[in-house]
Order: sequence, then C-alpha cells, then structure tokens
Amino acid sequence: MSFAANKYDACIAGIYEHPLRVAPDHTVAQLHAEVAQGALQDAGLTLDDVDGYFCAGDAPGMGPVSMVDYLGLKKLRYLDSTDTGGSSYLTHVNHAARAIAAGQCKVALITLAGRPKSEGSSGTQVRSQWASAPDFAFEKPYSPAPLNTYAMCAMRHMYEFGTTSEQLAWIKVAASHHAQHNPNAALKDVLTVDDVLNSPMIADPLHRADCCVVTDSGGALVVVHPDIAKSLKKPVVTMMGAGETTKGQMGGKVDLTYSGLAWAAPLAFKEAKLTPEQIRYASIYDSFTITVLIQLEDLGFCKKGEGGKFVEGGQLISGKGKLAFNTDGGGLCNNHPANRGGMTKVIEAVRQLRGEAHPAVQVPNLEFALASGIGGALGTRHGASVLIMGRLQ
Amino acid sequence: MSQANQKQAEHRLPSPVANPENKAFLEAAQKDELLLKHCNSCKESHYYPRTICPHCGSDDTTWIKSAGVGEIYSYTVMRRGVEVPFAMAYVKLQEGISMLTHLTNCDFDSIRVGQKVRVVFQETQDGQKTHLFEPV
Repeated sequence: MSFAANKYDACIAGIYEHPLRVAPDHTVAQLHAEVAQGALQDAGLTLDDVDGYFCAGDAPGMGPVSMVDYLGLKKLRYLDSTDTGGSSYLTHVNHAARAIAAGQCKVALITLAGRPKSEGSSGTQVRSQWASAPDFAFEKPYSPAPLNTYAMCAMRHMYEFGTTSEQLAWIKVAASHHAQHNPNAALKDVLTVDDVLNSPMIADPLHRADCCVVTDSGGALVVVHPDIAKSLKKPVVTMMGAGETTKGQMGGKVDLTYSGLAWAAPLAFKEAKLTPEQIRYASIYDSFTITVLIQLEDLGFCKKGEGGKFVEGGQLISGKGKLAFNTDGGGLCNNHPANRGGMTKVIEAVRQLRGEAHPAVQVPNLEFALASGIGGALGTRHGASVLIMGRLQ
Repeated sequence: MSQANQKQAEHRLPSPVANPENKAFLEAAQKDELLLKHCNSCKESHYYPRTICPHCGSDDTTWIKSAGVGEIYSYTVMRRGVEVPFAMAYVKLQEGISMLTHLTNCDFDSIRVGQKVRVVFQETQDGQKTHLFEPV
C-alpha cells in the first residue's frame, strides 16, 4: 500500500519532546506517559482516542504489554513493538501510517523515553542488549561499543575518500549554531571547527565533540487518519514516502562506507515522487558526525565519497547553507533521549513543516521534509529508516 | 613504544561466549588455529561462522583453517572511557572476508589502514585463547 497514491492517507497530528535532559526523579514509564500526554494534547486528542500503540526496546517491562496497562489505553486495535534501535520510531511512523491507510486503527500513539544520563550510560560502553546477538559471541573479547564501531566507519571513509576531521567537525559546528536558539538544548555553546578538533580524542578519528549528548528525556508522536487530522487545529503534516531496512556485516563482506539508507532512501523518494534536490530541510540521525556524513551520501544529497565537501563551510546551517539540518541542535547538541535519536528527528521535521521551529532556524515556506534514522551501530549491525513528509497546502 | 602501547599489554580481554555453533571455533583457538566457515555449495567463506551460509542459504558448510594473514580494513584506538586503551580493527583476511579483532604488538600511533597483519592468540580474562592480529 502506498501513501503517495493519496497523500492524505495518514498524518502526523501530534508531537512532543520532553523538556528535561536529566530526570533522576522520574521513572522510565512516567516519562513515557508524560510524552504521550504531551503529544496527544498537541494534537487536541486524549488517551481515550488512542486505538494504536507503538513502542520499542526503551519501553520498560514487556514493551506494549506493560505500557498499554500503565497508560490505561482501553480501545487498542493495533500494536507494534518493532525494535531497530534509534531508527525504530521512524519505522513506527511508517507502520502506523500504513495501518491507518489499511483501516486497522485511526489514532496511533508512538512513545520513547529513557534515563541513560541518570543511569551512567556512555557511548564507550558495550551495550548489554547486544549480548544475545549471534555475532556477539565472536565479538565480545574486543569490546565493541557505539563509539569504537562508528569510529571505524570514519577511519575507512577517510581512507577511501580523503574525508577530513575538519569536514566532520563542520557537522557539529552547524548543529551548535542551531542549538544556541533552543532553550532546552543540552549543549548551547556555538562551536568552531577548532573547538571540535581540540576536544579530546576518544576513539580515533572521533573527538569528544564528534559525539552526541547522552540525555534522559523522551518524545512522542500521534499519527492519525486524515478525517481526524482535518478536524484538528494544527497544520496537517502528511506522510509521502518511507523506506526501512537493516544492514550487518554481510557474512564478512564488510563495507563501512555506506549505511542501509543506500537501499531504503531510493524506496522512500520513489514513493514520495520526489528527488533529494527538492528537500530543503532534513533531520539526519546524528549519533556521531560520521553518521550524518555517510547518510547525506546514501540519501542522495551528494555522491558517495563527497559528503566531506558537501558539509564544509557551514552548508548545513539553516539560512546559510544549501541544506538545513537538525535545527533543534539534533542529537549532537540538543537531545538524544534513551540513546535513541529517531524520535527527535521526526519531531523537528514536523516543527519545520508546521512553521513552528525557532524563527532563527525556520526554513521559510517549507513544503517537504525528510527524517532519517540509524539504529544500533553503523559499523557492525544497524537498522536504517527514512521518512519523507509534506505540508498539506 | 608509546605509552598507549605499554598499557595495551595490561588490557584484559573479556572471554568469548560459547554456543553450539562456535564450539569448534573456540576449541581451535586454544590450539592457535583460526577457523572459518566455508560453503561447499557457493564456494564462498563467511564470517562470523554459522551453520547456514549467509551468502547462498545452503547448510552444506564446513570448517576450514584460515591462513591467518590479511590487512587492516579499518581500525580505531579506543583512548578514553575504558580502563586501558586498545586498538580495535576489522582485518580483511586473504580468504576475502573481514573479522572484528584487536591489534597488538604495535605502536598504536603508527597503525595504518592497508597494513599487513597476521593472527596471534592471546589469553582472555579466564584463560581462554582468542585471536588478535599483529603487524607483519
């Protein structure tokens, strides 16, 4: 089922990002509930309207079984707990939109929340959820963590294409330019390329400033049937196209220079009947600077290997460069809740389409926006998901 | 030899996780042998080893002994947030497939992509041996 045949098949009607970045006095379930309430209120709906619920591995207990009971949802007809790490929430939007288009539910709630900051999580630690992966049996002696596995992608990209640390730094610089306008951002200082390069080397070639923030927090989305969207007060954001996949080590034929978006993005653009040249705002998953650079290539904003040239000189800064990205400051500076940045990618894309981004970073008269996600670890195994959305005129 | 490399000798490797599919692999490592899985149907080797070939889906797979030589496909030196710095790498073997590993017996600051390496075996925290690679 394609949404492009009828752009009005499903709409994102509610968004909410939790304002806290450190939440030691909250439970994870409580954060999920607070963001659910926030997104439903934004849409002009209540928990009683929800008949579809989506969550991933950050949800406490037995996923939807626990959270549906905690939230007191009584009218559910549709559930999905697909977990592809930080890309899960983009995939949930895709699944929710198709379930709505198929008549299986009308109001889908998607929630994410977590407390990694309060619990002492860091990108240098091996993730406990990887322990049962079949390949991890062969990897445990080598302590693969988010940071070192992404760092190997950066090292190979530099080797094959001549990408430089200065070019990667421009991605953080652009995010920091946007974050200065976001009062909730975890990091609000505007950085220079030198600031990034002078930050400590954590895992060659990635510096501390090449990394995203670790935050407690959360976010939620409400995806609805167009009949409901039309009755609400907010500008209507429609689904136009989506693509999702996973990528691993392919039986040992390892190639760290591209992500699963190389397959997923063409599907989304084809469905949306758009080309990358028509996208002026993109929320690009930014766990690390290299994550952004590789996705820009795979999404088709530039050719493979030319991401470094594409980003340098501030080309990702809204109002200055050719492609505005992550105007909330992104995961690099604003918020990377529960170590899963996909939710906030969709939220800022919807703000942009509604014209609700901060005036200093709002892209004028925006018709289309893209959001992308990479979940897990780019260098070992990851989920990849992309959404293309539009503003109904 | 850099300070990072001095410390590397102190890095204590976590032990591999045994399961029915990697039993032969782990037992071979105790005898300083590196095994790969080879598919008799599509004639390709694969890593990580598993019963069913990920390239063609055949279950006609057998263990083969790797020559244990190859080159660094990519690497990183984990310098912060860990007790002791270590060098992680993907090594592309002569057999054409890459594996996650550590680099040892080298100056961490002089590692290069494309460098020729060979397998060595080192004891983990509980005395099991596992594969690492050193420059040739």
